[in-house]
Amino acid sequence: MSMDRSYAAVTGRKSQIIRDAIGVDYSKYEKEGIIFDYEALMADTGYTLEDHIRIQKTYNVGNTPVFELHNLTELARKCAAPGKGARIFVKDEASNPAGSFKERRAAASVYHAKKMGYKGVVAATSGNYGAAVASQAAMQGLKCIIVQECYDSKGMGQPEIVEKARKCEALGAEVLQLTVGPELFYETLLMLEDTGYFNASLYSAFGISGVETLGWELGHQFLAEYGKHPDVVVCANAGGGNLTGTARGLRKAGCNAQIVAASVDLTGLSMASDGQFNRKSFTTAHTGFGVPYATDPDHSDVPRSAARPLRYMDRYVTVKQGEVFYITEALANLEGMEKGPAGNTSLAAAFSLAQEMDRDQIIVAQETEYTGAGKHLQPQLAFARKNGIELKFGDPAEEIPGQNIIFPAKPSLLKARDMDLNRLRRSLIKRQAAAAQGRPLSDAEIAYLMEETRGTEEFVRQTLKDLGL
Amino acid sequence: MAKKNEYVRIHRNVLEAAERTGKLPEDTKNVPLEMWVKGWLQDEEAAIGDTVTVKTVVGRLETGTLLEERPCYDLNYGEYVPEILEIDQRLRAVLFEGVEA
Repeated sequence: MSMDRSYAAVTGRKSQIIRDAIGVDYSKYEKEGIIFDYEALMADTGYTLEDHIRIQKTYNVGNTPVFELHNLTELARKCAAPGKGARIFVKDEASNPAGSFKERRAAASVYHAKKMGYKGVVAATSGNYGAAVASQAAMQGLKCIIVQECYDSKGMGQPEIVEKARKCEALGAEVLQLTVGPELFYETLLMLEDTGYFNASLYSAFGISGVETLGWELGHQFLAEYGKHPDVVVCANAGGGNLTGTARGLRKAGCNAQIVAASVDLTGLSMASDGQFNRKSFTTAHTGFGVPYATDPDHSDVPRSAARPLRYMDRYVTVKQGEVFYITEALANLEGMEKGPAGNTSLAAAFSLAQEMDRDQIIVAQETEYTGAGKHLQPQLAFARKNGIELKFGDPAEEIPGQNIIFPAKPSLLKARDMDLNRLRRSLIKRQAAAAQGRPLSDAEIAYLMEETRGTEEFVRQTLKDLGL
Repeated sequence: MAKKNEYVRIHRNVLEAAERTGKLPEDTKNVPLEMWVKGWLQDEEAAIGDTVTVKTVVGRLETGTLLEERPCYDLNYGEYVPEILEIDQRLRAVLFEGVEA
């Protein structure tokens, strides 16, 4: 008998589909009241950091080089006060097989899927993760379906996403391309149910714990090559997995670097809007994902996300589209490294943050990504102009997403701008406390919210009081 | 006419506008959720616009409207953007020629 394939029926079967497709019973992590046992979820993958290192080595992932960017450092020092201007480094994650750090996330998911006897993997992603899963599936001999949001209702594809579709197909995956809308997850559920494949979710504990190797490598590389740990590590932030995994790995390496999240500022653009879909030039690492996933991690394709960035974030900054394109061109023209724009979000922030630091300190942008036709500043900017976006030089602070892209008229105008981290923390507390339906929270629940936000007890209690809870 | 086993691209509406979920901006709610996929044609022969079935690279069967035979990639590096060379010139002037940062 065939199942009802209507939207309501399929989403109604969501829990069962996800449970079958990932093999994890998330209900066992639900504890007293609003508490969820995050560390138990992470520990239950059955893969230790050493296991991830071994799996990634087997499938040619990781051990990416770290490069010092001498000319960008010099340029930052010219913008900074005397004595200021930290050494700027980048971790060249583009040298992973499919061209991004996302392969660290994919390796263990695909490995686990194979071990559990699944014949293939499905991933819902418009980003580099698709190519990463396709690459690992190819290497490990599984089939692969990537579901991506790619076109607006006029059939116009975002160049960056069209390129990622090409790459996924080149690596042997089937690519289902959709128009704009969150019902992408409905189509993904259908694929999981129809095929019985594994849900290689971006937000599973397998994926997030796989990123710990990145932080681990950073800690050890700097100690070995430069005799000390980095002082600041900047992570591009969208779904939060990059930052979460990297921070956990840094800690396991004994590195206490300040963890800074960086997102491209797309304030004002709706991510679910058909009309605004092609008015943005960044399809990931932007505030449209970064803010909602930080404050509400559990609205992904798994019941509880393993990506919980507010647990690890010391600071959250934004940069403008024009600033990231500018630093992408600077990386090409002053450092001889041509990389994809979205992967340089953390570098744009690092260039600005370095100017606050002393010259003997070290700041690292912890990723790069591959580049190619479509996924490059030239086609992205040409596409923006074709869509009526004004391109100009000036002060990027005045950039309005969806209307213009402003390149810094001079490098000192590139500024990482602080987001109010406490506002995000309060937002998370409000969402999670709502599950208690007005009941006073226990001491254990307060302690849980402190962990979720890295907030003090006083901060959590005051926030709850302000909310009338 | 496309013959059986030709590699083609098809299109289908996954959800019509009326079937879309409530929490959407109006512009998105007013249009269907569309889908494109590629595969080998299973029908004996078909013309563009016909409803056909394809077998995808993973072996799945999908039905939709035949859109394109032997689909190719036409993405490129876009039109000339003069600002990019301007960025280079300005950066080099600051770094190497003493222009104010």
